[in-house]
Amino acid sequence: MTLTATTRSSMVTRIIPDVLFDVRRPQRLIERSVMVYRRSPMVIFSGFFEPLFYLLSMRVGLSSLIGDVEVGGRLVPYAEFVAPGLMASAAMNGAVFDSTMNVFHKWKHARLYDSLLATPLSAGDVAVGEIGFAVLRGVLYSGAFLVTMLALAMVQSPWMILSLPACALIGSAFAAMGMACTTFMRSWADFEYVPAVTLPLFLFSATFYPVSSYGDWSWVLQLSPLYHGVALVRAANLGEFSIGVLGHLAVLVSVTVIGVAVTARRIETLLLK
Amino acid sequence: MAEPLIEARSLVKRFDSFVAVDGIDIDVQPGEAFGFLGPNGAGKTSTMRMIGCVSPVSAGSLTIFGLDPRLDGRDIRSRIGVVPQMDQLDAELTVEENLIIYARYFDIKKGEARRRTSDLLDFVQLTEKAGDKVDHLSGGQKRRVSIARSLISEPELLLLDEPTTGLDPQARHVLWDRLYRLKERGATLVLTTHFMDEAEQLCDRLVVMDRGKIVAEGSPRSLISQYSTREVLEMRFGRDRNKEHLDEVEAVGERVEVLPDRLLVYAADGEGVLATLRERNVVPDSALVRRSSLEDVFLRLTGRSLAD
Ligand SMILES: Nc1ncnc2c1ncn2[C@@H]1O[C@H](COP(=O)(O)OP(=O)(O)OP(=O)(O)O)[C@@H](O)[C@H]1O
Ligand SMILES: [Mg+2]
Repeated sequence: MTLTATTRSSMVTRIIPDVLFDVRRPQRLIERSVMVYRRSPMVIFSGFFEPLFYLLSMRVGLSSLIGDVEVGGRLVPYAEFVAPGLMASAAMNGAVFDSTMNVFHKWKHARLYDSLLATPLSAGDVAVGEIGFAVLRGVLYSGAFLVTMLALAMVQSPWMILSLPACALIGSAFAAMGMACTTFMRSWADFEYVPAVTLPLFLFSATFYPVSSYGDWSWVLQLSPLYHGVALVRAANLGEFSIGVLGHLAVLVSVTVIGVAVTARRIETLLLK
Repeated sequence: MAEPLIEARSLVKRFDSFVAVDGIDIDVQPGEAFGFLGPNGAGKTSTMRMIGCVSPVSAGSLTIFGLDPRLDGRDIRSRIGVVPQMDQLDAELTVEENLIIYARYFDIKKGEARRRTSDLLDFVQLTEKAGDKVDHLSGGQKRRVSIARSLISEPELLLLDEPTTGLDPQARHVLWDRLYRLKERGATLVLTTHFMDEAEQLCDRLVVMDRGKIVAEGSPRSLISQYSTREVLEMRFGRDRNKEHLDEVEAVGERVEVLPDRLLVYAADGEGVLATLRERNVVPDSALVRRSSLEDVFLRLTGRSLAD
């Protein structure tokens, strides 16, 4: 112990909670998840297909019906406009699934986290480790998505490689929020609310139509973390980065930090009684 | 005497307004086997959880290895092994994987984790179950996996909350033997139990808790001599008739305990008491003289039999 809790919190003036300083071995949680899924890899692979089918249907079907869309002063075919939106949404959905249902099961039914907290792992390790695995899983899907886009010649710029870290960040933000919300859930019935949040986000985050079509309501988009993710992936696909990218990054990073901190705190207060 | 490994002073655990542990003092010396005895709800698990750094201290002080759980929980936990009252095995993993990943939580290298896992599975006689999911094990087998898992980090201090509940007699004796050997190698054991024979066999010293307080403390032998007599005469007069002869019995025994199904008479010479009673025409349906045990101490102190 070099820094005590009090000196730390005065140093950073409570912007970042103490629990986040006590993260040392989150990779052990990832190791555990790999151990679990090693035996049933199909569970992971099945997640690849949904976004890919979406992509194909957009490419083959909708594109022929809908004309080009203007993004950043440039016309792109609709399928290439929508693909980054789908990619970002896939990252969101994967992360949310892993951090809600899966986490709830481990928390309430398997009582996994109780046993972890009796080892040298901390609440912060558990939060970061579980969220980390959800992110890894999401990045895996995003990677498959990217390869498919390449194969279908839908990638506009080599900068599109940056969509992977962007998707990792989207995954982090949603996994952190998802897990934080899960700590407040009392039963499986509460999970009904999850799609009630993610579906509107999916539909109304400038995923399917450009910001301009939102008219006077476009400011609402700012409230959707997914919108910021879609904007990042779209920027990567076009290879055009404006100063606004920094804002999008800042939003996603903040959501991640808040989500992780709330999760770790909740683990401490609920399980360490 | 060496510095105590666990030191608690006026230790309190509160759940909202309910006081589960009510100001207890404990010193556990290195290398000692220390036991907690007490009826359900006495506060044994609550105390164990505070020592295991998974439950914050409400008031008073507690140090383990001279460290404060509030500041050094992680360091303390890395040096202790825990068998919780309820098994908390990883249901998504096999028996073997449960042990290996647990070792990894303690930063033990993979090769070493594997080696220890196979040794420990051998010890708890579950080698042939290594590849099974833990859900498919029997209750006693799960208990044995929990015990093996708690030993994987070769802890200096072992916290065992009712370790042998659910084990068959043979497995219990094997475990006692292993715990005894661990202790010989210098490990410190802290355990709770409802089995008096277990406490007598394993514990150098124990405390009896009741309603959050320590009501007696000492070695099993000293507790027996302090709170009980050398022998106990157990008599049955048949249901509802146990109380009929209470006056006559109380006249000859040092102390009498009325249980629903029998009378316990505490005396130095049980046979002598029985003979005297027979002379006075107090003839029980059945009678048994035995040496007194911790169970009698327990009954005396908590006013409850374990069957309650
Ligand atoms: N998380 C909790 N919230 C509220 N009350 C609790 C909690 N845990 C324990 N208690 C209460 O504290 C008291 C002591 O419980 P504890 O588990 O320490 O008893 P115990 O001595 O281990 O009993 P047993 O022999 O049944 O295991 C009980 O009355 C219990 O209801
Ligand atoms: Mg208990």
